[in-house]
Amino acid sequence: MHGLLTIYRKELADDFSSYRFMILFALIAMVSLILTYVVGLTLKQELEGVAKPSFVFLKLFTFGHIISLVQLVAIIGPVVGLILGFDTINRERNEGTLSKLLSQPIYRDDVINGKFLAGVTTITVMLVSIVLLVTGLGLKMVGVVPGMEEVWRIIFYLVISIIYISFWLGVAILFSILFRSVATSALAAVAVWVFFWLFFPMVAGSVASVTTGEITGTSAEAAIRQARLQKAISLASPMGLYNDATATVIDPQRKTTRSIVLMGPMEQLSLARFYGPLPLSQSLLVVVPYIITLIAITAICFAVSYTVFMRQEIRSV
Amino acid sequence: MKGQAIIETEGLTKVYGQEVAVDDLTFSLHEGELFGFLGPNGAGKTTTLLMLLGLTEPTGGKARVFDVEPTRDPIKVKSLVGYLAENMGFYSDLDAWETLRFVARLNRLSDEVAAPRIENALKTVGLADEAAKKVGAYSRGMRQRLGIAELLIKEPKVAFLDEPTLGLDPDATNRMVELIETLCKDNKMTILLPSHQLHQVQRLCNRVGIMIKGKMVAVGPMEQLAKEKLGVGTEKYTLEEIYMKFFQEA
Repeated sequence: MHGLLTIYRKELADDFSSYRFMILFALIAMVSLILTYVVGLTLKQELEGVAKPSFVFLKLFTFGHIISLVQLVAIIGPVVGLILGFDTINRERNEGTLSKLLSQPIYRDDVINGKFLAGVTTITVMLVSIVLLVTGLGLKMVGVVPGMEEVWRIIFYLVISIIYISFWLGVAILFSILFRSVATSALAAVAVWVFFWLFFPMVAGSVASVTTGEITGTSAEAAIRQARLQKAISLASPMGLYNDATATVIDPQRKTTRSIVLMGPMEQLSLARFYGPLPLSQSLLVVVPYIITLIAITAICFAVSYTVFMRQEIRSV
Repeated sequence: MKGQAIIETEGLTKVYGQEVAVDDLTFSLHEGELFGFLGPNGAGKTTTLLMLLGLTEPTGGKARVFDVEPTRDPIKVKSLVGYLAENMGFYSDLDAWETLRFVARLNRLSDEVAAPRIENALKTVGLADEAAKKVGAYSRGMRQRLGIAELLIKEPKVAFLDEPTLGLDPDATNRMVELIETLCKDNKMTILLPSHQLHQVQRLCNRVGIMIKGKMVAVGPMEQLAKEKLGVGTEKYTLEEIYMKFFQEA
């Protein structure tokens, strides 16, 4: 344990004093505060004349002209994880500190565990402070105090986000073990991020339309079938998993993780009569499989890092 | 030969793919010894050290360090053995004091116990005035001395010093040689010294081993090797002559 704790403390100090942390934090804090400010302004206008608006506070996270705060974290979150971890092991190897570290009486896994935990702590601190900043600004602008349930939803949102970004940290650490060169592992990390962000949704769409063999819009059934398939494929992406999970947790009006629901004007009308929010427990029930999957892929990633690192030669030359 | 054997290997072998790095190595290191470990680059000296430390798995054979097998209980072995690697790296963001405290913590020393030791170690290696300077700004000589300070903090029973004087200027080299003598005499460390600096080895070591292409071709006190190979009495040889003789034969 002492080895793990020592490395954890050192890595945490390194993380917080590093320029990369400060730049990342400043960037994300700035973007999210601007986003919140704009959302706050529009929210005020929209809520004028509404008698009893519900869950106003959560709208700060889900509203947005170009992008909402939740979507922003889905896209930028991986970058945080990847940047924090892409040179974890290979930098130590290149600088010759790895053999020194491992010649001390500590277990080999203490090194990756300590570094991973320090990264998770950094991510937690970063996310919590940004959410608090946003909450503060939101309170001041909208003037609505969040209810207990809203607070809980935000907390669950935070937990899911931390797991999600930790997954990307795990991916980055794996790359830093697999590739000896820091530049290669950075490049691989960026490639994976771009793949899941830009290409995967495209691939999911085209694969779905090819396999169902129909063109969107020909019939309602075909459209539904295609949308289902596309959804299923997109769940293979951690970004898809995270998007669906957080959207359901943070938005009580959402009753399903599906993003498209086909309906005509009459259905819409009849649905609107039952347009009540979902209780928190029900929302959570919907997303539990998503959270478990996120934890599972993080664990898999970590297990691979672990096995590779334990057998790896550590000579620096 | 003095003291009992603290490191013993028996048929220790390491194969990387097609290449045999260490070939059926059998030798022992005795308590209180300063053992010069000679051999050309790539002869398998560092690989041997890594196997003794439990950082590399041997392909065959056995090694015992204080009656512990490095592959079985690497933590025990690593707490008894100090290692100064050839290209020892340091965290450039830490200063000397922080570096040593980090090493102390990794060795389960509490900060209270470590503080006086760190101070002493810094004094011994002559870095007390530069303790607050970031290691990134250290010269090569200072870094090597900091490496020795790390050993003083850890207080291992055996130290592996891989090429400690490589690339140092004459003055720094002298200080290093003196420090190694201190480690052996005052701190009662047994030292395994792989080196190419033959005149230093001759000055420092009691016994030498010559490794060529993964095989230990000669082990013993220098006088004995000189007698065997050159047929001359004591004081009439240099280690270089012995070494070259073995090298040409191999």
